Amino acid sequence: MSAATAEVVAGFDVKKVRADFPILSRKVHGLPLVYLDNAATTQKPRAVIDTLTRYYTEENANIHRGVHQLSQIATDAHDAARRTVQRFLNAADPAEIIFTRGATESINLVAQTYGRTHVGAGDEVVITAMEHHSNIVPWQILCEEKGARLRIAPINDAGELLLDEFEALLNAKTKLVGVAHISNALGTVNPIARIVEIAHSKGIPVLVDGAQSVPHLPVDVQALGCDFYAFSGHKIYGPTGIGVLYGKRALLEAMPPWQGGGDMIRSVTFEKTLYNQLPYKFEAGTPDIAGAIGLGAALDYLSGIGIENALAHEHALLEYGTKALEAIPGLRLIGTAKEKAGVLSFVMENIHPHDIGTILDQQGIAIRTGHHCAQPLMHRFGIPATARASLAVYNTTADLDALVGGIHKLKEVFA
Amino acid sequence: MADLRELYQEIILEHSKTPRNFRPMEGANRQAEGYNPLCGDHYTIFMDVADESIRDISFQGSGCAISKASASMMSQALKGKTRQQAEELFEQFHRVVTGEPGSDTSALGKLEIFAGVANFPTRIKCATLAWHTLQAALRGEQVASTE
Ligand SMILES: Cc1ncc(COP(=O)(O)O)c(C=O)c1O
Repeated sequence: MSAATAEVVAGFDVKKVRADFPILSRKVHGLPLVYLDNAATTQKPRAVIDTLTRYYTEENANIHRGVHQLSQIATDAHDAARRTVQRFLNAADPAEIIFTRGATESINLVAQTYGRTHVGAGDEVVITAMEHHSNIVPWQILCEEKGARLRIAPINDAGELLLDEFEALLNAKTKLVGVAHISNALGTVNPIARIVEIAHSKGIPVLVDGAQSVPHLPVDVQALGCDFYAFSGHKIYGPTGIGVLYGKRALLEAMPPWQGGGDMIRSVTFEKTLYNQLPYKFEAGTPDIAGAIGLGAALDYLSGIGIENALAHEHALLEYGTKALEAIPGLRLIGTAKEKAGVLSFVMENIHPHDIGTILDQQGIAIRTGHHCAQPLMHRFGIPATARASLAVYNTTADLDALVGGIHKLKEVFA
Repeated sequence: MADLRELYQEIILEHSKTPRNFRPMEGANRQAEGYNPLCGDHYTIFMDVADESIRDISFQGSGCAISKASASMMSQALKGKTRQQAEELFEQFHRVVTGEPGSDTSALGKLEIFAGVANFPTRIKCATLAWHTLQAALRGEQVASTE
C-alpha cells in the first residue's frame, strides 16, 4: 500500500483530528491502538471530555427548577444543546427534539406512544430485513400486544432494500414504517427520501433509525421528510446515555406521554394532571443533563472540523479499505451495496469471526465480531456472524493497512 | 502475540478443522442445544446414556475454532465415562479455563491444552459452551446458554 499515512482528502488534516482524541494514543497489548469499532461506539474528542468535566466542576445543578444561578446556567446549557441538535438535523423547531437515553429508547418511545394509539388488531407495521434488534423488538412487542402484524421488506444479496417489494407491502392496514438510514451490519445507505415519498403517498408515517447515519451523512430531516428520526450520542463522538428523538411537531403534540413524573407535567392534582408542552412532555424526570451538553459539544466539534471534508475523508477510507480487503483471497465482504458508508463487514473461509476478532485484538486492532444485533440479517445471508471494521473521522489508511496486515497474520495462525 | 499460540495450539486447530464425533445420533436418549447469543455459536450434543454411563456422544453445529475443538475433544474424553466422572471433569476443566488460583491441570489429560484460554477472558465461554450443553443434556434440560 502506498502513502500509508498520507492525507486522503485535501483540506482535511487527519493527524490534527487524531490529536483531538486522547484515547487514540494509548496502547493495547503493548501495541498502538487501531480502533475500528466505531459503529459500536466512537471515541470522544478532548472537547467533549472537557465539556463534561467543566459541567461537573463548575455548572452542575438540576434544570428547570431552581431560582439559583447555577440552575439557570445548567438550564441554559441544556437548552443550547437542544438547539445545537436542532440545527444539526435541520429540524424546524427545538421543541421537536426530545432527549432520550439513545436510539433504542427513542424507538421504544414511538412504539409505546404513537404505536399504541395508532396500531390496532389486524394492523401492520413494516420494517426491513436489515434492521438492528432495536428497530425490530419494540415493534414485535407492540404487535404482540395489539394483535398486529410485523412485516419485513426484503433485501438483495448486496444488502440493498428491494424498493418495489417494500412498496408492495404497504396497504391500508399499514400504520407505520420503520427503517434504518444506514445498516450497522452492512453499511448500506437506504434511500430515505424515496422511502418516505412512497410511504407518504399512502398516508403512512416513517420512523428512521439514524443511529449509524448521523455520524456518516449530513442529515436534514425536513429534506428527508421523515416523521421520526432516532439516534444515539455515543456513536457520534458524544457521551453514552444520551440520545435524540426527532418528531414532527403535529405528531408529537397528538401523542400521549410515555413515562410520567417530574418535568413532564404542567400541574398535578390527584384527580387530573395537565401535561407539559413539547419537548418536556416526553422528558419525565431529571434528564442526563451532562450528556445532552456533551452531545452538543460533540456536534459542535464535528461542525468545527468541517463535516463535508471529514465525511469525504471517511468515504475515501471506505473505498481504500474495500479494495484492500477484496484483494485478500478467502475473504468475502458482506454488504456490497452501491450506496455504502462506514462499515466493512466480512467473513473468511474456514476462520470464524470470533477467532478473527481475538487474533486482531492481540495486534492492537479493535473490531467487532458477532451478529451485530441483527440476527435476522445474518440469517438472510446464511452466516452466524461477521467480522466488522467500522470507520470514524480519525481513522487513517494506516489503520486499514494494519487491518490487512492483521488478517494476513491470522491466515498464518490458521494456515 | 506469543500468547496466541498458547490459545490456538496445533491440536486445537486440528480438531476445529476435523472435529471428531461430529455427526447426528439416531436413537440418542439425551440431547441438548447450546447457544452463545453473543457470537452466534450453536451446537447440539447427542448422547446415548445407559446405567449412568455415556456409551456414545456426538455433536453438530457451528462456531469458532475454540468452541468446536472443545466440543470435539470433550466428546473424545467422555466416551465411556460415567455421568459422575463427566461432571467432575467439567468442574476441573472450568477451573482451569477460568484460571482459578490453585486449579489443577493434571486430571485433564489432553484437555490440558485449553489452559491457555485463561489468558483470553473473552474466549472462556467459547471453551465451555459444549460442556454447559453436555451438563444440560445430562440433567434432562433441552437448552443451555452462556448468558
Ligand atoms: C442501526 C442501529 N440502530 C440502533 C442502535 C441502538 O443504539 P443504542 O444501543 O445506542 O440505543 C444501534 C447500535 O448499535 C444501531 O447500530
